[in-house]
Amino acid sequence: MTAQARFPSPYDLKAPPGAEGWRDLYPYYSLFQEELKAGDEKRFWFCDAQHWPTPFRPFDTIMVDYACKCLGQYNTRHLMVPPANGVDYRIHNGYLYMNPIAVPPDKIPGRVPLFLERAGFYFQNWNKLLDNWHVKVRKVIDDLGALKFEPLPDMVPKEWIFEGRGLDNTFELLENYDRAIQLCYKAWQYHFEFLNLGYAAYLDFFGFCKEQFPNIPDQAIARMVQGIDVDLFRPDDELKKLARLAVELGVDDALMSGSVDQALKAVAARPNGKKWIDTWEAAKDPWFNFTSGNGFYSADKYWIEHLDIPFGYLRNYITQVKKGVKIERPTAEVAAERERITKEYAELLNSETRPVFEQKLGLARTVFPYVENHNFYIEHWSLGVFWRKMRELNDLFIKVGFWADPDGLFFLSPSEARQALWDYCSAWGVGADPTGPHYWPQRIDKRKRIVAALATQKPQPALNEPPEVVTEPFTIMLWGITTDRINSWLKGTAGNSKQLTGMAASPGAVEGPARVIRSADELDQVKDGEILVTPVTAPSWAPVFSKISATVTDIGGMMSHAAIVCREYGLPAVTATGSASSLIKTGQRLRVDGSKGEVTILS
Amino acid sequence: MGEQRACRLDVYDFGETAAVPVVKMAFGSEASMEGARVGSARYVVHFAEASPADHSRLGGKCAGLATLISAGAVVPTGFAVTTHAYTDMLEAHALHGEIAKRAHRIVAEDVGGQAAIAREIRELITAPPIPAEIAEAVRSGYRALCRQRSEGMPVAVRSSGTAEDLPDASFAGQGDTYLWVVGEDAVLDRVKHCWASLFTARAISYRAKQGLGHLDLAMAVGIQNMVNACAAGVAMSLDPSNGDRSKIVIESTWGLGEPLVSGQITPDSFVLDKVLLEPVKRAIAPKLQELVADPAARRTVMREVAPARQKEPSLTDKQLRAVAQAVKAVEKALGAPQDVEWAIDAERREDEGVVLLQSRPETVWSTKKVGSKPANAYATGIEGVLSTLMSPLAARRGA
Repeated sequence: MTAQARFPSPYDLKAPPGAEGWRDLYPYYSLFQEELKAGDEKRFWFCDAQHWPTPFRPFDTIMVDYACKCLGQYNTRHLMVPPANGVDYRIHNGYLYMNPIAVPPDKIPGRVPLFLERAGFYFQNWNKLLDNWHVKVRKVIDDLGALKFEPLPDMVPKEWIFEGRGLDNTFELLENYDRAIQLCYKAWQYHFEFLNLGYAAYLDFFGFCKEQFPNIPDQAIARMVQGIDVDLFRPDDELKKLARLAVELGVDDALMSGSVDQALKAVAARPNGKKWIDTWEAAKDPWFNFTSGNGFYSADKYWIEHLDIPFGYLRNYITQVKKGVKIERPTAEVAAERERITKEYAELLNSETRPVFEQKLGLARTVFPYVENHNFYIEHWSLGVFWRKMRELNDLFIKVGFWADPDGLFFLSPSEARQALWDYCSAWGVGADPTGPHYWPQRIDKRKRIVAALATQKPQPALNEPPEVVTEPFTIMLWGITTDRINSWLKGTAGNSKQLTGMAASPGAVEGPARVIRSADELDQVKDGEILVTPVTAPSWAPVFSKISATVTDIGGMMSHAAIVCREYGLPAVTATGSASSLIKTGQRLRVDGSKGEVTILS
Repeated sequence: MGEQRACRLDVYDFGETAAVPVVKMAFGSEASMEGARVGSARYVVHFAEASPADHSRLGGKCAGLATLISAGAVVPTGFAVTTHAYTDMLEAHALHGEIAKRAHRIVAEDVGGQAAIAREIRELITAPPIPAEIAEAVRSGYRALCRQRSEGMPVAVRSSGTAEDLPDASFAGQGDTYLWVVGEDAVLDRVKHCWASLFTARAISYRAKQGLGHLDLAMAVGIQNMVNACAAGVAMSLDPSNGDRSKIVIESTWGLGEPLVSGQITPDSFVLDKVLLEPVKRAIAPKLQELVADPAARRTVMREVAPARQKEPSLTDKQLRAVAQAVKAVEKALGAPQDVEWAIDAERREDEGVVLLQSRPETVWSTKKVGSKPANAYATGIEGVLSTLMSPLAARRGA
């Protein structure tokens, strides 16, 4: 790497105009500090725009803190992964940058027996531990759901006096907030309990295939391992079932117009209506605990609170069913292809290597359902309930006059939110007015403006000087950060600006008009046959995939959710292009080749 | 009888009534060979009827075509002029002795002397007319190929020697091939020249070095419909650079494939994964010239490629996949890695126009013992995972 071949230093990267003072929005430990400049400038930080595509609201840093830390703890403190600890993080100009932490070489051998024992236990008892995981997560969901955030009464209930309780209503209110934060933390701890091992087992099979079959396409390996009946696809599958049912029962026309409530009323009035309504209600729990975002942001919308979202997809499916289009996922074909591919590669091996292939594949297939499904149970369902509770808390603050902004709470950090709650409780106890209503509204406004200003500038793909070779497994597999990818970022827009390269994430080639989307709110702009171009997709955008002909993203590896979903839906996809969403304009004609990893701007 | 059928030469049945042998041909014509069969069965065998094992009668190339057909490949229609035609011709003109006399004079290191002797022997073969019965058999065979056409069918006339394509003695490239031959007389003339090509200076020199007898070998001749090739090339059902059997390697160029086969041009080159049939490497070469048919002149001609097409891949992705599919199928049917010549027929709709022209067993890697690490060198389970985490993946990944 030459001295020129490096990315900017964060210490030189100024914030865009209007974003001055942004550092006050984020906790001190997550910022590049002057005192640490010498060390931090020597470290390579890559931007995780795949999971964190927009600048953070202050409250949302709770997700950054928990996700990054919990990812790391399993390497560093649970499983003692010999060569790798966790991934350190910083927020700069509103975006997240990450730096994988290696284990010092002299410490590595000592960790090996510990890893064998601890990770070995998980591999040997995988299914049993996983069954228990589902129980634990369900408890988190139920406990979160039971929390209440209600205005304090004029006085402590009479019954509490007579039973000699000796506690006021604020005690539980504050405890509920603390419990919500703790349960969110718990959810994140559970999120990574199996994930690192799942990726590691996949990487083991992946590396073996690359060795036995030089230049085997990444997709071939993914298709041998990927599951067929994945919980992550259930919400979309349910909508498809409901669409077919509506047509079968002859109630589809009642669904096609009016608001959600109006449509549901119209269906209920039909002779067959009740059957459809019952099926709709049953599908909601749990499958509508599904976000069109990724669950990390307070702004993410969940189907269960925004029924117009799934309803829109439902209407689209009904239209397709009536046209005679087969909307169901081709699970039989995908399964048959998976078997064919596996069999043919196995047959290329000899009697020594074939059993090795089968064992490694077997392990990868055992762990992969978790890799695919955890996303539904944590990000969609658990965090969905958490955000709902935080919105209830926000409603409380609005009700008691702290602010009027419908998103106000989320422009306070979690610590500030606790203080605001204390402010409310303390004033209630003292009998005076809280300071909050005079303090927060203007600060919320200012912070909103800062976050909006931060969003006007795209993040750098990375900071400082890259390593010679990228070796940390997560960095490669999940984020798609390989040495090649880094080199293509360094080249930037130099060279052929009509041609973009990225990861060949899902096979096939198509031509069509581009639709550039920057957030889930813009999804309704997508028209049939367009090519979706976006920084990152979310699994819950799957219903949109029945309209589009291909996907192009800025970032994401072979195991990113976008790649998994595209392969499942048979859509060509090119991920990790670096900057497709800023180079391409809506309406431009593109050619996307997901087998080669190439995007060509034709017009 | 005589129905049009666009079908592959993978099943050769003899029609509803045994008395009328029916030969199905590719590209839709079915011909009754009633007249031609009588007496000519010794000298002419249609590829679709030929037995792949009949090496001594068909020679390497024609046996290879019969093999391809038996493997279900689509092959241009044609027939073999058997080795009996050659040996009976030698006998009819009492050439055996004359050739033997001259062969005796060959001195191993005397290249100039060999060339002169070779010329003499060839003249012995090409000068006299082909014996009548043999000539008539070839004429009827050719006429059957021409069935639908008023003027003659252009055909390729290819040497098919009995020493060719033996797994351990690759005479590849020996023997003459004539392209775009039209008319019965021209065909007969080329047949003689193919026979004579047993005695090119190069062939004589090769045999002299190897210590093989010059009269131990016989020559069959393949006569086959010309493909109007818009692109053509070769393919191997493994990677010849390293023996990797999970790959199919394809080389292609514009026009007919002969310049590629003979090494005169640098082709486009593709490496595909055999299971997914998707390209993993490609190198597009500048294709400056192509060999095409000149029907008016009744021959092939080398011409310049227009600048726009020079850098364009000579195979579309669909065609590439179709070639790979055909090669994969042949390897599977024959149970061993293959070295295949193929073409894209501009006049064929099915399978992206892919036809196979020749296939022979790959000789280099198939005979090598594939060394691999013993199974206990691979860790599985948790140890496998550990070893993957310990050795940087990036250091092991290919480009």
